[in-house]
Amino acid sequence: MANLERSKQRRGLVAINGAITFIVILLIIQIWLLSATLETFLAGHTGAAVPAAIFSGFVFLGCLALSLRRESIKSHANLDKPEIKSGCRNGLR
Amino acid sequence: MSLLRSPSREPLWREEFSVFTSDERYVTRRQFAKFLTLASLGMFVGNLWVLAKAYFAKTPSFPSVEVGEVGEIPVRGIKLFTYPTPKDHCILIRTGEDEYVAYSQKCTHLSCAVYFSAKDDRLECPCHQGFFSVRDGSVLQGPPPRPLPQITLERNGARLLAVGVKES
Repeated sequence: MANLERSKQRRGLVAINGAITFIVILLIIQIWLLSATLETFLAGHTGAAVPAAIFSGFVFLGCLALSLRRESIKSHANLDKPEIKSGCRNGLR
Repeated sequence: MSLLRSPSREPLWREEFSVFTSDERYVTRRQFAKFLTLASLGMFVGNLWVLAKAYFAKTPSFPSVEVGEVGEIPVRGIKLFTYPTPKDHCILIRTGEDEYVAYSQKCTHLSCAVYFSAKDDRLECPCHQGFFSVRDGSVLQGPPPRPLPQITLERNGARLLAVGVKES
């Protein structure tokens, strides 16, 4: 039973790490998008501002959704239970 | 009820300040994810700011301003002037007997003033060695990301007039 629980926790941990990695990738894309938009704006071209803002908004919503999903994975995988925690010093918080 | 501390217990200062530096520096996944999401929100707000700047940007007006007389400067000579506002410094270059070009003097990298190098026939930024073509203002070398804005010139008799700015 404990093994099953531990396996569930491990899968939850992998999912959470994957979600955080994906958020980091989205953030890098967003940083590039902002710098490119600013660059074109300073060059006198304002046409890119609208699609860039819309795309950036979608990326932010994606990050938010992943962040919220991460919370739900954590509660679903019972990663707050102290007695089964392994692999990190204070467990997942 | 013990009023005295036993010698085996933690020191008093550790009991009273029971916060460990290592614990304070420890960043949880939740904190990290929150930070990333907030950074993403910041990027989105930045994009909205650019959008607002683009939407509310005033259309620049370009008056017709006399910058000099034909033949006033020698071939491969320069004259400095300001256009379209007194804060926008520009450089007029006589490239041929009857050829004149003018550019904004502000480098597109970090806004240092560019100068004309007659020896190398190019505009040079002394700050980071950014070079621009004297023909069209395009970047020849260095970190500038864009060509120099070119000032549109018109000839009215013996007078040279600046009538607009051509962005890249």
